[in-house]
Amino acid sequence: MLPRRQTTSAQRQHLSADRLLVFAVSAFTILLLAAPVLVLLARGLSSRAWEGLPDSATILSATILSFASTAAVVCLTALLGTPLAFVLSRYNFPGKRFLSLFIELPIVMPPAVAGLALLLTFGRTGAIGSFLADAGIIIPFSILAVIIAQFFISAPFYIRSAQVGFAGIATEIEDAARVDGAYGWLMFWYIILPIAWRALISGMILSWARALGEFGATILFAGNLQGKTQTMPLLVYSIFERDIDAAIWTGVILIILAMVALFLSQAFARAQDRLTP
Amino acid sequence: MHARLFVALMILLATIGGASAQNSPSRNLTVFAATSLTDVFESLRAAFIETNPDFEILLNFSSSSTLAAQLIQGAPADIFASANELQMDLVVEGGLIAADAINIFAHNQLVLITPADNPAGIESVWDLTDESVLLVLAAEGTPIRAYTDEMIASHNADYGEGFFESVMRNLVSEESNVRQVVTRVALGEADAGIVYQSDALGDIAAQLLTIEIDPRHNQLASYPIAPLIDGENSTLAQSFIDFLLSEDAQLIFAEYGFCSPAILTEVPPEDQTPELTLEADDAAETPNNFCPAPTPVSR
Repeated sequence: MLPRRQTTSAQRQHLSADRLLVFAVSAFTILLLAAPVLVLLARGLSSRAWEGLPDSATILSATILSFASTAAVVCLTALLGTPLAFVLSRYNFPGKRFLSLFIELPIVMPPAVAGLALLLTFGRTGAIGSFLADAGIIIPFSILAVIIAQFFISAPFYIRSAQVGFAGIATEIEDAARVDGAYGWLMFWYIILPIAWRALISGMILSWARALGEFGATILFAGNLQGKTQTMPLLVYSIFERDIDAAIWTGVILIILAMVALFLSQAFARAQDRLTP
Repeated sequence: MHARLFVALMILLATIGGASAQNSPSRNLTVFAATSLTDVFESLRAAFIETNPDFEILLNFSSSSTLAAQLIQGAPADIFASANELQMDLVVEGGLIAADAINIFAHNQLVLITPADNPAGIESVWDLTDESVLLVLAAEGTPIRAYTDEMIASHNADYGEGFFESVMRNLVSEESNVRQVVTRVALGEADAGIVYQSDALGDIAAQLLTIEIDPRHNQLASYPIAPLIDGENSTLAQSFIDFLLSEDAQLIFAEYGFCSPAILTEVPPEDQTPELTLEADDAAETPNNFCPAPTPVSR
């Protein structure tokens, strides 16, 4: 093959043909990815789906449930995920790579498989669930199950982002702070958090959006009942054959929330990148 | 360079054209069937293919309401087999099926199931109102749920108004189809569920306790079948439907816990024993329950 930089006129022609193909394929790919989303949005807005909702109580209760459960998931993720991300960013220990594999596995694991695994673990006859059941605690079919399913699927997004944020802090800064007497909590609150918070927020928003969209693990582990475990994605699935307008409208709300979340998450991640190159 | 361009274009074209290339003049029959038909249709397919080895039957199982919605949204199929007439009517209204092409090919009825160890100690429908029973039903809109609601509401006559609501207070999950109800109960996650008698048979039966429902309140499920007007292969579709209505196929249905429409329509119960070897003498005694239980159930 000829070196790329030498451009004869004949080659320029080939290159432009090549480029044309690349552009054509890119346009086709964008169409494939964007068209379904745009069609759903257009259909929801043009059919004024929100007007003719016969049973908007189902949408309202699903919305409340979704926001309540994801709020709990956000708190739980911050509380449990931050220390873990910090440990992973600061310490090396044998088996760390292997451990990280487990932590990040839910990102690529099929959610239905996650739901099945949760059911076998925390279900009434499950490995841990049977002990809980003896104590009178039954997790499936409750909002607790919804929260656990959403946490299981979404927490890795936060942990990964927070880990990168913590790792990006120059050791000199921490050393200097230590000389000035900052240790432990002081160090975390006054040095690490002010530097890394954008990465934490970016990861948190992404993780929240993933929790909001969680479907497979929830329906398998938590079941599906209006007002109890039926979150917005479950509602879309349950209602589309009876009332497609309600399904479309719920879908429109979810897509808009996802878009805003993704935009904000990326904005915070960029801000963090500028800070810690 | 040209060669690579060509290859890339071919890949693109192959990707786009891949789907349509498979539609060679149809030896494929796509059947949309209610979830409760899963096992029996797999078996019937094998029996049909034995005599028609050139053909391929693709079975797509989901709740009848999901299938009806998919058909109306344009999903391609040759045959629709529904678990009730309502979902079939929706597809007829959508102009996809001719009303006079519909045949009833099987019947079914409801049973109450619990896990084999029956943790909530359920003995009858009445016990479904016990405190903290975890009851799982199929989602609203599915045929099984419509029959279930009818059956429970019918008990109001015995147990008083408000019985239906008391039962529904114990509902913890609505599954998208009847097989998922069976699985929830078999796994021991739920205390009770209501399914078709055919669903509580087969491999899963060992994990379940099946309780018969009072024939005065039980519902007779009717399964209609019809070819889609726009189906790719109407001749093959009709021959498969004819096969389902044949005596051979009806015996397979009986094996899987369904009962034959022949018992209900063609043979009056008092006059003569039906052609098919089903316990139809039981059926004669119970006017609302023509569909005999296929196996002795433990009570």
